[in-house]
Amino acid sequence: MVKNDVKVLGAWPSPYVMRPRIALNIKSVNYEFLEETFGSKSELLLQSNPVHKKIPVLIHGDKPICESMIIVEYIDEVWTSGPSILPSDPYDRAIQRFWAAYVDEKWFAAMKGLRSAQGEERKAFLDQVTEGLALLEEAFGKCSKGKAFFGGDRIGLLDIAFGSFLGWLKVTEKLNGVKLLDEAKTPGLVKWAERFCADAAVKSVMPETEKLLEFSKVLAAKMKGAPPPKN
Amino acid sequence: MAHEVVLLDFWPSMFGMRVRVALAEKGIKYEYKEEDLRNKSPLLLKMNPIHKKIPVLIHNGKPICESLVIVQYIDEVWKDKNPFLPSDPYHKARSRFWADFIEQKVYDTARKIWATKGEEQEVAKKEFIETFKILEGELGEKPFFGGEIFGFVDIALITFYSWFYTYETFGNFSIEAECPKIIAWAKRCMQKESVANSLPDQKKIYEFTVWMKKYFGMD
Repeated sequence: MVKNDVKVLGAWPSPYVMRPRIALNIKSVNYEFLEETFGSKSELLLQSNPVHKKIPVLIHGDKPICESMIIVEYIDEVWTSGPSILPSDPYDRAIQRFWAAYVDEKWFAAMKGLRSAQGEERKAFLDQVTEGLALLEEAFGKCSKGKAFFGGDRIGLLDIAFGSFLGWLKVTEKLNGVKLLDEAKTPGLVKWAERFCADAAVKSVMPETEKLLEFSKVLAAKMKGAPPPKN
Repeated sequence: MAHEVVLLDFWPSMFGMRVRVALAEKGIKYEYKEEDLRNKSPLLLKMNPIHKKIPVLIHNGKPICESLVIVQYIDEVWKDKNPFLPSDPYHKARSRFWADFIEQKVYDTARKIWATKGEEQEVAKKEFIETFKILEGELGEKPFFGGEIFGFVDIALITFYSWFYTYETFGNFSIEAECPKIIAWAKRCMQKESVANSLPDQKKIYEFTVWMKKYFGMD
């Protein structure tokens, strides 16, 4: 019998790292969480992900798998005895993948822009973030079909993709003095967010907002002290 | 099962070409609809309200958007012919990883080669060559990125080949000199009917780019 040797290289504040951890929890797979030190990259990380040198990396046996959403699909395909993360219908799978890509490429990009923007630029990013949430509210209605999650009765691919950003969403709300998820404008998402964060697969890996807020200050200070980015 | 398949596309788009190649690989009959991106059709706006972009595949009335999402969809629906992805989860993940690498690294850099000048263009050329050298490394001695079989990663990358003459002419460099294995791989792919029939002639793409730069005052 092959020893179940599963490791996740990551860091607790990263929403991307949360994703494979949630997926492994859904499948009840035990794993070792190897925490990277902020500001430096371990030899193991550099060896396992030489192309991007980024977390998360899943190491299964001696095989590294990189890129958070690719890792989630891998987990779903390997551990077939646990609940499914992706739907079985190809069209539903395409819809989940489409929105997961939207969340990463468009919506979170606007969230990141908001973090460092000033003045007029801030308002522009805030508008983009809010518009995105309105689209996701609509998508939630269509995907969930009245059930608890984007994935239906249980957490699925899109829940993981979007839900992993909830910690940083709450930090952004606090730092900017705004309500992004709003009972009036995004009632479906407000309730979904509560259910997602309370889920057994998520609870243990979702960072506390206060801790994340503290970390964001450390991050901001480090970025201020860092040399200007090469453009 | 009856399949009604429509592709909303724009002939020079390397993203649209990916879907054309995928459909051809599976032998799927479809209706090709050319979009004028300066005057997008009501159908496109209805089928892709989020991004308003091509390609969009409409299968039995239902839209699928984003080229690599579409290619995976095609592979999953028409699963009995020419699979694009390996069945083993680890090798499947590796294929997805390299397709994602291509998505992250190629388009923006390549665009700067024909759209910019001077220092910005030089930086873009350097990054482009670095990216393709990494891809060359991944290809190794294999005939295709998929191994013996033309697959997902090959589909993701080959469509950029139709733009190579454009990059080389505007950038004043030879991709073959820098990455000979990539050119050898591309020519191997072009021997497949599904690829040769889906990619426009490289010179036509160049003429289109020259026209586009004039039209948008990018010269």
